[in-house]
Amino acid sequence: MHSYPTVRASLIFVAVAVVGLLFADIAITASNPWRDLGNFFLGVVTPNFFSSEGLLTALLRTVAFAFVGVALGSFFGFLLALVYRLLPVRIFCAFIRAIHELFWALIFLQFFGFHPLTGVLAIAIPYSGIFAKVYSEILEEADPEPRRLLPPGTGMVAAFLYTRIPDCWEQLRTYTAYRLECGLRSSAILGFVGLPTLGFYLEASFSQGFYSDAGAMLILFYVLIATIPLWVRPKLLPVYILAAPFFLGEGLPIVWGNVERFFTEDIIPAPLRSGEGLAGMVPWLGDLMVNEALPGIWNTVLLTQIALVATGILALLAFPLISNHFGGPVRRTSGHVFLVIARSTPEYILAYILLQLWGPSMLPAVVALALHNGGIIGHLIGRQTNTLRLRPDAPTGFNRYTWELVPRVYRSFLAFLFYRWEIIMRETAILGILGIYTLGFYVDSAIQNIRFDRAMVLILITALLNIGVDALGRYIRRKLALQTMPTC
Amino acid sequence: MALNLIRKFVASSLLFMTAASASAETFVFTAIPDEDETKLVERFRGVADYLSEQLDVDVRYIPVKSYAAAVSAFRNNQVQLAWFGGLSGVQARRLVPGSEAIAQGVEDEAFQTYFIANTSTGIEPAQEFAELEDQLRGKTFTFGSKGSTSGRLMPEFHIRETFNEAPEDFFARVGFSGNHTRTLRLVEAGTYEVGALNFQVWEKELENGNIDTNAVQVIWETPAYPDYQWTIRGDVNERFGDGFKARVKEALLALDDKELLESFPRSGFIPASNDDYEPIRKTAEEIGILD
Repeated sequence: MHSYPTVRASLIFVAVAVVGLLFADIAITASNPWRDLGNFFLGVVTPNFFSSEGLLTALLRTVAFAFVGVALGSFFGFLLALVYRLLPVRIFCAFIRAIHELFWALIFLQFFGFHPLTGVLAIAIPYSGIFAKVYSEILEEADPEPRRLLPPGTGMVAAFLYTRIPDCWEQLRTYTAYRLECGLRSSAILGFVGLPTLGFYLEASFSQGFYSDAGAMLILFYVLIATIPLWVRPKLLPVYILAAPFFLGEGLPIVWGNVERFFTEDIIPAPLRSGEGLAGMVPWLGDLMVNEALPGIWNTVLLTQIALVATGILALLAFPLISNHFGGPVRRTSGHVFLVIARSTPEYILAYILLQLWGPSMLPAVVALALHNGGIIGHLIGRQTNTLRLRPDAPTGFNRYTWELVPRVYRSFLAFLFYRWEIIMRETAILGILGIYTLGFYVDSAIQNIRFDRAMVLILITALLNIGVDALGRYIRRKLALQTMPTC
Repeated sequence: MALNLIRKFVASSLLFMTAASASAETFVFTAIPDEDETKLVERFRGVADYLSEQLDVDVRYIPVKSYAAAVSAFRNNQVQLAWFGGLSGVQARRLVPGSEAIAQGVEDEAFQTYFIANTSTGIEPAQEFAELEDQLRGKTFTFGSKGSTSGRLMPEFHIRETFNEAPEDFFARVGFSGNHTRTLRLVEAGTYEVGALNFQVWEKELENGNIDTNAVQVIWETPAYPDYQWTIRGDVNERFGDGFKARVKEALLALDDKELLESFPRSGFIPASNDDYEPIRKTAEEIGILD
């Protein structure tokens, strides 16, 4: 069994995570975490929908930012997808999607300030990079046959529109709709850095212990996501997209001088700005690397590896909840509800909640990442098992799980997991803003001290780390010959 | 019909764009988010109404999520006036030449940080910080916000000066709670064993009966230093008319609404100057927060 490459790869990853656990800071430091958790759940079951007059506006803004950001991202992503075979385009796209929405928002906040453009671009830019990649993958897989049947002399555009698009339309549509859901999550968490979306009020209620208010916001958010099929209709889409820009709020006016200042002064490394020249750069960079970048990278990688394995374990444990090979309708319905909640809650919000309740360590982050990502993968794998037909005399219960189902879905399970590796790392870095010592912590500290030069270097390092993991993930997937399907 | 719709859209999008220039006439201010947000919004809406009445212009308060966001908004001229802490004020004035500290609270001339501990640690209050060395070493500790004067700068300064070690080496775990109220709650709940906060927040919460004194107590009070102040941009006169800065200052100094002052909590505002905050600048440079 150990000779199976997939098993060997899995064991190596588990071993790395176990060793990582020895170095990681895993603890519950709150003296009464269960009471706090109890209070929180009490809040969720006694929601107060009338806490803030701004709540409905915030919900509207959340939707508006998501629509505008995703629409722009999908438009530019599609254009980029057409030229995706060019190496510079691929590098550019890998770079812009390696930087998390919140980092983009933090950057734009420094010169656009609280203008709607900050939130729109924070979503649109990384999403363009993601759309470009996935759209190009989808377009590539289109059947080349119809194209060959066209008479010679058919224009490129016509050929593209009539032979490629119809073949992949369904996939393009499904994926875009799926990203809209992701966009709602991104939009909501932008509130944590001050944009007028749901996260703004969620953070305020939570930090003050108003759990009933926070519960109401979470419930509204779940309802919003769960009802997407009802209110996002193809016919209504143009209306939404045209109307959304008018509901972003007006924010504060942009002062264009700030943009120039940011690029010509703020982000120039301090030694260059003060005229010390390259000689001053060495100690500056050295200090930054030793005291911030390296500890940040170490913690980010450590947390990512632990969270990745925890995600895998949770996904394997969770998929039977919705698989119709087990249990009755009651169990499956509650399984669905659990997985929908787990995957609809952004990691950032989950980590924030758990940090408040358990105190600061890597544990809340690991649990949050595992719940969210495990929820997504568990859902996909569970659905896949529903298409499997077993022999009538196949074993039941535990034996069915271990001997029939897991071996059958294990390859796609690994594919999903390695696909999400980079996504988990992106999130791990950003969770530093909440006080876990990953790269985001140092980025946030640099921004809090108004040292954007340092922040930019750290963001660049974060991006490079993500690109590296993305490449490694792809390499392993290819090595193990794992098929992937794009997910959020 | 469709044409009509398009026309409406174009008209409203033009409106959307001009909204920006129209609001340029509004005098906007912000404040560092050092306490619970609900309290801040209540407090500063009151101030906005008061200033609007006194200055005869539209005054708007915008809440922000971090100290740095307050400084950036001030620097970017999206706000013209701000209620800063000592450190954020120094940062802001250094970034905006010509900006001025115009008023501070009566209490801000001699502000203090309280170190507080959960009673389960058994740490007893002391007169000298050095006496607490053995008891504090290896405990978990939380600052307030990373950019706070009373919650970060001064406590870090005293930790380094007294114990000759960086906080993260001296304590087992160092966190940043985000604001003073949260520091209080976290130490009270035992999530962190020790914390440092703004003494005014402690006193006010104590007076309002919001502190479980069986769970948390003050263990050391720092020497006094200057803190919060109102800082205004140097270019407001050009935008809002001659003498505008002086009028804002006058209005702030004349503020005598008991309830509003109580919400800060300050007994009144007195004149301040940039030089008053030199000690803060030096301290910040010493511990490496300012270049």
